[in-house]
Amino acid sequence: METLWFIVVTLMLAIFIVLDGFDFGVDMVYPFVVRTEAERRTVLASIGPLWNANEVWLIAAGAVLFFAYPKAYAAGFSGFYLALILVLWLLIFRGLALELRSHVDHVLWKQAWDTAFTIASFLLAFVFGAALGNLIRGVPLNRDGYFFVPFWTDFQPGPEPGILDWFTVLLGLTTVSILAFHGANYLAMKTEGALYQRAVSTACVMGWVSAGCTVLTVTAVPFVQPSLRLNFAGHPMEYLVPLSGLFALGSSLYLRQRQRDTAAFLTSSAFILLMLTSVMFGMYPYILVSTTDPALSLTVFNAATDSYGLTAGFAWFGVGFLLVVAYQSYVYSLFWGKTRSDDAH
Amino acid sequence: MTSALLYDRLQFAFTATFHYLFPQLTMGLALLLFYLRSRALVTDDDHYQHVSDFWTSIFALNFGFGVVTGIPLEFQFGTNWARFSTFAGGVIGQTLAMEGVFAFFLESSFLGILLFRKRFSRRLQWFAALMLFVGSWISGYFILATNAWMQHPVAYQVGDDGRVFVNSLTGLLTNPWLFWQFTHNMTAAVVTASCVIAAVGAYYLLSGQHLSHAKTFLQTGVVAGAIASALMIFPTGHGNAKQVFEHQPVKGAAFEGLFTTERGAGLYLVGQPNLETMTIDNPIEIPKALSFLVYKDLYAKVKGLDAFPRDEWPDNLPLLYYAYHVMAGLGTIFAAIFGLALLSLWRGRLFNMKWLLWLLMLSAPFPYIATSAGWMTAELGRQPWLVYGLLRTADGTSPLVHSGNALFTLIGFLGLYLLLGLLFVFLLGKAIQRGPDSIDSQTTYPA
Repeated sequence: METLWFIVVTLMLAIFIVLDGFDFGVDMVYPFVVRTEAERRTVLASIGPLWNANEVWLIAAGAVLFFAYPKAYAAGFSGFYLALILVLWLLIFRGLALELRSHVDHVLWKQAWDTAFTIASFLLAFVFGAALGNLIRGVPLNRDGYFFVPFWTDFQPGPEPGILDWFTVLLGLTTVSILAFHGANYLAMKTEGALYQRAVSTACVMGWVSAGCTVLTVTAVPFVQPSLRLNFAGHPMEYLVPLSGLFALGSSLYLRQRQRDTAAFLTSSAFILLMLTSVMFGMYPYILVSTTDPALSLTVFNAATDSYGLTAGFAWFGVGFLLVVAYQSYVYSLFWGKTRSDDAH
Repeated sequence: MTSALLYDRLQFAFTATFHYLFPQLTMGLALLLFYLRSRALVTDDDHYQHVSDFWTSIFALNFGFGVVTGIPLEFQFGTNWARFSTFAGGVIGQTLAMEGVFAFFLESSFLGILLFRKRFSRRLQWFAALMLFVGSWISGYFILATNAWMQHPVAYQVGDDGRVFVNSLTGLLTNPWLFWQFTHNMTAAVVTASCVIAAVGAYYLLSGQHLSHAKTFLQTGVVAGAIASALMIFPTGHGNAKQVFEHQPVKGAAFEGLFTTERGAGLYLVGQPNLETMTIDNPIEIPKALSFLVYKDLYAKVKGLDAFPRDEWPDNLPLLYYAYHVMAGLGTIFAAIFGLALLSLWRGRLFNMKWLLWLLMLSAPFPYIATSAGWMTAELGRQPWLVYGLLRTADGTSPLVHSGNALFTLIGFLGLYLLLGLLFVFLLGKAIQRGPDSIDSQTTYPA
């Protein structure tokens, strides 16, 4: 049961990165693909009705983490205090920018919010990548099960790490490039004409950048967190997951060249999903690895709530999850197809 | 109080109070919007479609601010209150996760449909309004179930390590405390929404614009407001006060300003609590009223603060006392204004009574004050406990987040929310100035 909830939480986070990831990506490539106000409106309308529900996957994943592993939630959220509050402020800016841009018809107002959400989305994508880097690298948990990391120390992933070191910065940049590629793929699927051409060329560039970053990251991971490599070495079949992830990235790049827009977007989604699944396989059963003493690590077993809670939760979660998938698919189907600038609200 | 604890408390109190300015309108408005869209669907009348579209745009503005200011609350359980999360996550994790899975997705998915409604039929718009209503009210239900458990813990057991775990999910969701808290809180949300709708209607009517819309706003707001403000007092307000005196007598004594245990205790309408002399200065009192309201007996004994050890008293007594009196006083005034307005509406005179329209227009900010004061009553009165009787607030903080970090983020939130508040007021004013005519369900307004 503890393991099942671990899969649920990682799956929800992966869905969040795939879905909200494309609208983050759209925001990041936005200044590079739009030229006219009509194009700006088209791009924003392509994510307008969807981004809010996509973001809920993060909120819901956080809440499910809280419910299933209260100790890990408490330790992680208080330990990454500064980074998390920064995420909150950025989410506020980004949400408001997307919502408020249309309320005032003035060029400076629109420029201000355009800049706000591009920067906020870039920083958020970076911080989410760095957060993943922190989870892989580990944190200095103490005997009470808590830790606190500053923004940076000496930029080395040693026993006294900061939120930012060379490894987490690398993961942050990798995430930025992957989501920019993913977002440009989405945009290519939703647009036409000159806008479409610019989305395609941005996607091609970002595709190769993210491939390069991914190779660097995959090479670095075993050095920073040896237990991840040992986990895979113990179950060689699991190597299939990251390998198929890399295969998905390759296919996405190939399909991108062939201008198979929907297929390119679906394969970049699969790539993200499979790479995050690989991290899940590599980390299990650890949620927070201790850099000071491995025995102090928080695992799915010692951080979980009791068995009644986990079992009872499964009943309502199953129903809730199916409902969400059903009506979110329905909403996506309503907005399927190319977006036009007069779709803006 | 260590300064980290003070900053943690101030930050949560500030961000929660600021956040709740938005959902109290959207929850109430969701109900009224569902009613308006139902009328639009049934009568097939463009007038109701216009009215619904106008209030949908106000709803969306509030919803957007509500969402972005709501996320910090869920995060802060972990960031600033880690020991509380570790202690109580086995119980309140359930209701918070349910809120995320059942409510947030529903609201955000269907708001997208309503915002981009031009593509869709009126039937689908009506359905989306229904889903928004359902989503926002079950969101309120789950978050109040969380708070009700902190006020009145039920359905839990203590584990070997001293943490608590839920032992009955149905018990947690049917907490007896929750019934009055939910009904009181949701009728308050309807009062806020009614007041705002009626106030905008009164403003248009007094300034001679959008007359037909204004009349519909006033009719809807006044009827809903009269019903809801009556329900606020009885039975929901009364039910809440009774359960406080039954389960949290020290909170009740503190917010009534009852320092000494009395038979035939009076009810203070006005007065200032004096902690030196342990009396109320300048009191205006209804004799024996408190005993009667709580126990239906003029001479019943009501426990005063002296019946409890000092370290169990709420730690900010005067503020708690004022918060309660502001809430109760304003609640009574709303019932009077809406009662009068309903009577005038029924006799067909309301639209010509300038002074009453002025009163309705100026009343708009007060439900926000009353609701905030009501929540201050509930939460300040819960002190010094974080979970009533189980965990003290001082023992719930994050052990390694020191006061320098907490003050840094508190200042950041203060500055950011000041900006948010200014933006909101500016945009709301703009939307009201633009008025319902500019929003047409067939053509685009400036995007």
